[in-house]
Amino acid sequence: MTSALGKDLVGLEGLTRAQIQLVLDTAEPFKEVSERAIKKVPTLRGQTIVNLFFEASTRTRISFEFAEKRLSADTVNVATSLSSVSKGETLVDTARNLEAMRIDMVVIRHPSSGAARFLAERIKSKVINAGDGTHEHPTQGLLDLLTLRDRFGKLDGLKVCLCGDVLHSRVARSNIFGLRTMGAEVAICGPRSLLPNDVSQLGVTVFDRIEQAIEWADALNVLRLQLERMSAGYIPSLREYNRVFGVTIERLERSPKDLIILHPGPMNRGVEIDSNVADGPHSVILDQVTNGVAVRMAVLYLLAGERPELAEVAKGGGEGR
Amino acid sequence: MPPATTTVLDAKAMERTLRRMADEILELASGSDDLIIVGIQRRGVQLADRLGALIKSRDGLVVPRGALDITLYRDDLQTVGPRPVVGKTELPLDLQGKFIVIVDDVLYTGRTVRAALDELADFGRPARIALAVLIDRGGRELPIHADIVGKKVDIGGNDRVDVMVSELDQRDGVTIVRKDAP
Repeated sequence: MTSALGKDLVGLEGLTRAQIQLVLDTAEPFKEVSERAIKKVPTLRGQTIVNLFFEASTRTRISFEFAEKRLSADTVNVATSLSSVSKGETLVDTARNLEAMRIDMVVIRHPSSGAARFLAERIKSKVINAGDGTHEHPTQGLLDLLTLRDRFGKLDGLKVCLCGDVLHSRVARSNIFGLRTMGAEVAICGPRSLLPNDVSQLGVTVFDRIEQAIEWADALNVLRLQLERMSAGYIPSLREYNRVFGVTIERLERSPKDLIILHPGPMNRGVEIDSNVADGPHSVILDQVTNGVAVRMAVLYLLAGERPELAEVAKGGGEGR
Repeated sequence: MPPATTTVLDAKAMERTLRRMADEILELASGSDDLIIVGIQRRGVQLADRLGALIKSRDGLVVPRGALDITLYRDDLQTVGPRPVVGKTELPLDLQGKFIVIVDDVLYTGRTVRAALDELADFGRPARIALAVLIDRGGRELPIHADIVGKKVDIGGNDRVDVMVSELDQRDGVTIVRKDAP
């Protein structure tokens, strides 16, 4: 027996509307847990979770760790530079060794697209993708959906534009899959060199100018411009990028609607987003961070536990009425 | 043989029972200003609201109320599936020194109350916690008893008690569905 989400959470592609709805609804009561004086519930007591990070991450790793600890799970963080991975151990060997120590779940961040699924298919422990290459970052997608739903009360019919480096963005991909499944309209906007070739397959509208995107959208999800892209020749200069695609207060003030601004972080202030936007009334960036913990608690709660061999034993003493 | 349904309390009898329970809660609290009535999700919350309203209409006393969802404190989470839906918990932030009356619809194994006690302890250290239930059906698996009982029923393990509240079920009442009908 697997959970309502299946064994693992590898991506939002392929999840049903009901499944995404379930995660968002489950996240609601977990928001309250983080507001308590004692921010801890015993739900995952005795469960062991390994945070396996093959790539630098502050926000996501800390967010997962808070989520795990607030559910009373035991956690171990493995960062690659300090581990046997730097001695050439393969991903599967690392995971199998961890599994031999009787863990229940692995949260994995990896630079290669597909690493999370690769692992999920090879170990018995549950796997949560915390970002794999340019593939997906499902918990980020879910927290963006939750933040949008909080603001607008619904996702159906909402117009959301992903701005910037869509080509390299796993956040963009998870957003596109999640938003479209929930009935939102999705657009992308950025320099052609940073938009994927297969846009038609993604089912999104394309805007070449940020002004058009601002006029159309209810919300902009501004992606981080990965600075290493500049040296690779995708964009001429950061200044040029900010001049043409930067989300500035002047541009927002011309919008007919009160649109809201999301950003997955970390931000390059003055490049893809101006400081007075990031810190201004349009921004829900810190709500995203707060919601991130609640969404991850919901995912952990939904995936964890369920050991059918114990269910038979417990049948006699269930909390029937 | 099809399961036999019998009515234990109709809407009127349920109203009377709740009135008596409201009086007993006040008596138990003996004029304490620190009384808080906390309902357990789900139907305990509606019953707590009713009791609060009855106390207000009879004694003019406004008693603070809270809601408690004990799902995250259940002792069978490892085994149940699919995962139970988690409801809302809303409690006054500081329970220090308060007199809390937990309200639930049915008291059976006692495991829900055990979870509620654990959860309340994470919110503070109340001076006292009491338990009020509309129906006590016996069958305890833990050393827990209710201070205030609306009605006691004696039924078998396969039988079921259904408490209905108009807010959720369109009508008030308590029925027993007997699967072990003789």
